[in-house]
Amino acid sequence: MTQLVSLPNTEAIATARGAASRTPIWRKLLRDPQAVITVSILVVIFAMGILTPIIALHGPNESDLSMVNAPPGTAGYPFGADESGRDIFSRLLHSINTAAIAALLGTGVALAVGVAAGLIGGYFGRVTRASTEWLFSLIMTFPGLLLLIILMPVTGGDYRITMLIFGVLLAPGIYRIVRNLVLGVKNELYVDAARVSGVGTVRILGRHVLTVVRGPIIIAAAFMGGSTIAVQSGLAFLGVGSLAIPSFGSMIASGFRNLYIAPTQFLWPSLLLGLITASLVLLGNSLRDAFEGSKPKPSKVGAGQRVKDSSNAPAEPAPGALLTIRDLVIAYPTPSGRLNEVVLGVDLEIAKGEVLGLVGESGSGKSQTAFATLGVLPNEAVITAGSIVFEGRELIGLSDAAMRPLRGKEIAYIPQEPMSNLDPSYRVGSQLVEGLRAALPISKKEAKSRVLALLERCGINDPARTFDSYPHQISGGMAQRVLIAGAVASRPKLLIADEPTTALDVTVQAEILDLLRDLQTELDMAVLIVTHNFGVVADLCDRIAVMRQGKIVESGSADEVFHDPQHEYTKALLGAILDEATYRTDPPAQLQAQGGIA
Amino acid sequence: MIPYIAKRLGTGVILALLVTFITFMLLSTSYQDVARTMLGPSATDETTAALLAAKGWDRPVLVQYGDWLLNAVRGDFGTSVYTSLPVAASVMQRLLVTLSIIVPALLITAVISTMLGVWAATRGGIVDRVAQGISLIGYIVPGLLLAIGLVVIFAVQLKWLPATGYTPPAEDAGAWLRSITIPVIVLTIGGVASLAAQVRGRMIDELRRDYVRTLRTRGVSSTSIVVKHALRNAGSPALTVMSLEFIQMFGAALIIENVFALPGYGSFAFNASLQGDIPVILGVAAFGVILVTVVNLATDLLNGWLNPKARDH
Repeated sequence: MTQLVSLPNTEAIATARGAASRTPIWRKLLRDPQAVITVSILVVIFAMGILTPIIALHGPNESDLSMVNAPPGTAGYPFGADESGRDIFSRLLHSINTAAIAALLGTGVALAVGVAAGLIGGYFGRVTRASTEWLFSLIMTFPGLLLLIILMPVTGGDYRITMLIFGVLLAPGIYRIVRNLVLGVKNELYVDAARVSGVGTVRILGRHVLTVVRGPIIIAAAFMGGSTIAVQSGLAFLGVGSLAIPSFGSMIASGFRNLYIAPTQFLWPSLLLGLITASLVLLGNSLRDAFEGSKPKPSKVGAGQRVKDSSNAPAEPAPGALLTIRDLVIAYPTPSGRLNEVVLGVDLEIAKGEVLGLVGESGSGKSQTAFATLGVLPNEAVITAGSIVFEGRELIGLSDAAMRPLRGKEIAYIPQEPMSNLDPSYRVGSQLVEGLRAALPISKKEAKSRVLALLERCGINDPARTFDSYPHQISGGMAQRVLIAGAVASRPKLLIADEPTTALDVTVQAEILDLLRDLQTELDMAVLIVTHNFGVVADLCDRIAVMRQGKIVESGSADEVFHDPQHEYTKALLGAILDEATYRTDPPAQLQAQGGIA
Repeated sequence: MIPYIAKRLGTGVILALLVTFITFMLLSTSYQDVARTMLGPSATDETTAALLAAKGWDRPVLVQYGDWLLNAVRGDFGTSVYTSLPVAASVMQRLLVTLSIIVPALLITAVISTMLGVWAATRGGIVDRVAQGISLIGYIVPGLLLAIGLVVIFAVQLKWLPATGYTPPAEDAGAWLRSITIPVIVLTIGGVASLAAQVRGRMIDELRRDYVRTLRTRGVSSTSIVVKHALRNAGSPALTVMSLEFIQMFGAALIIENVFALPGYGSFAFNASLQGDIPVILGVAAFGVILVTVVNLATDLLNGWLNPKARDH
């Protein structure tokens, strides 16, 4: 029942904009049976509405007292007649037109008001936005149907005026979509470029913004069409407005009164109304899929990493090796269903207490290799071949539950982006305590004192205060120290640090690296540092492996790689250290020219 | 926290003033008609004018509004033009009937939607498709049809439940429960349709976040990740949707009350509007705003509890 006045799901529409694929929208829709069927149904129904003057046998209010409650199939009355002797079939046809007018008026007003206000609120300054915002959230907070009823003495119940007002009540949904999209587009380079080159505001809004906004608006229009028709029927069912207007709602009301005498009477308008609103909603869903591409699908939590072929023999680790990775291949499915390999047969080895730097540009598969070792690859990823042996135990093919005792306790992880890796809803301390107690069988109190000591050890001045802070209350550098503390809390044998300093200020970077080095020596951990920056690994690593496009292209002792690089790519990366200092993040020109860096 | 609450209450007061003022303005044009209706077919221009003067309806609109507002602040919303019953008491009485349908419906909606949404988002595959199918049904079938369909099946055909009517719980708790069953089911189906989809979407998003991966690398159990972490973070946007749903249910209850002949707030407003009973309409609008303000404030407070960032703002 709530959908009678429900607004389209604006959040979802507004957040996912832009379809990834280049197929034209209409072609995508033609391939979607749901879209084709619903559009056909709607076209047939509304065409019958337009043809009403020709195909209707009677006028909408033409009553014949001899035909009162005539059964279906009576000559001239295919669906029978109602309590006043009016032809049900003809009234259905006329009602289609009422519904169409209601939908056009309501949706039209919502679009006109919503788009105009959204463009203004999104494009102009803060003050304008604040006031439009305030106004629209005001409209949104009042029960719409109740307002329409309250205003009945003013509107006289005329369904056209009522629908105009309802359109205004629907406008906040459209306003939000347009405003969000405009805010997004506004700061994009091409709009800046247009502004700099002297294109007027109105033309910018018209040309650049409206093209982006088009898709979500079409989607919303389909949903709003359904809502307006449902609301109009609901009001007519209540008896709002002139009884002379044929409408599904008034037909259902009349059929409902006659339920015991002629049970089929309420069936026809209900079916037609249900068919129209259902088609509009389903069409809206199809449009959403076509414009925005499919949303991420859920997968089973705790299912473990997907493995395609686990028949590979486990790698034979060298003596003293802690972790041995052999021929690891990781792939992601493409929309066409093919598997696209991003890691192509990686070999790595880390001895106990050894620090290995895995260096390469972003997209080279370094992080994927690290995630696979931890058993936390994204759901879609598939390990198609290879072996990962940790302390003599094959990790590939282990379930999530079997991996869990290893995580935290044996293998730990430091992420790249400190802020997004803390749960925003819990205090820093309670997150660390939970992690520690998941790895070790200790009491809450013990865990807390251990975490406090660790926070201090990791360079946090006021551990008690940080312990009681929420993530948004601490700085990025502090958050990274917190995450390091969390990772080393249970004294793991292997620490995997994925770009541990990339997201931090330059001054903080050096401190974090120092901390990592000290902790490594103290705890005698093996460390796998994943980075794109040779500068980071320079005086931290015992050995270095260079990775490019899913493969290890060179590996050796840090000394060898630094002073006598063999591979062209390694040389180029080493050359980039200088550039890093001047904040260049793009790859060296010669490699770019070769198209070498993904 | 206290300035925050004060600010939200302030917004509520402004909303109340605005809504009642606009309603007052719009309704002021129809006093003439109301007076004629009250006097019946014998109304003449003289008697109408006399009635308008007697009621004070011939004074300037702003003066009338100020008058109404002063009384309303003191809790006096006037009396019905037709029944002479005090507006505040009648509105409250009707409001309780409507709340007795909406509150259970909302609670059941919250429980079912959370279960369905979390279930779909953490199992995937066929479970997900079934859950989405369930919420789609609630979306595509208009509530009016759902209400009538359930009445036909359970009341007319099976005769399990009463088709219409309302028994106050004080009179007969069992009969009360039976009288609200179908209305609650109808509201719940519509509510679950949108809320379950929200919970599912938010849970999928949350489970893909970086912090979930980091918690997993520390050996935290799947149950804790889903229930303690992802669900809590998904909860705050879902709560906002729920508060909007509560407000929408008020609109929807209007039609439900009519189908089931329940003496609720919506049908009360509807009859007052049909008759042009202006004091009652104003009372309905004012209580509506107060309720909306209370709901929004409760949502914000709950949100602050769920989401520490919101607390600092």
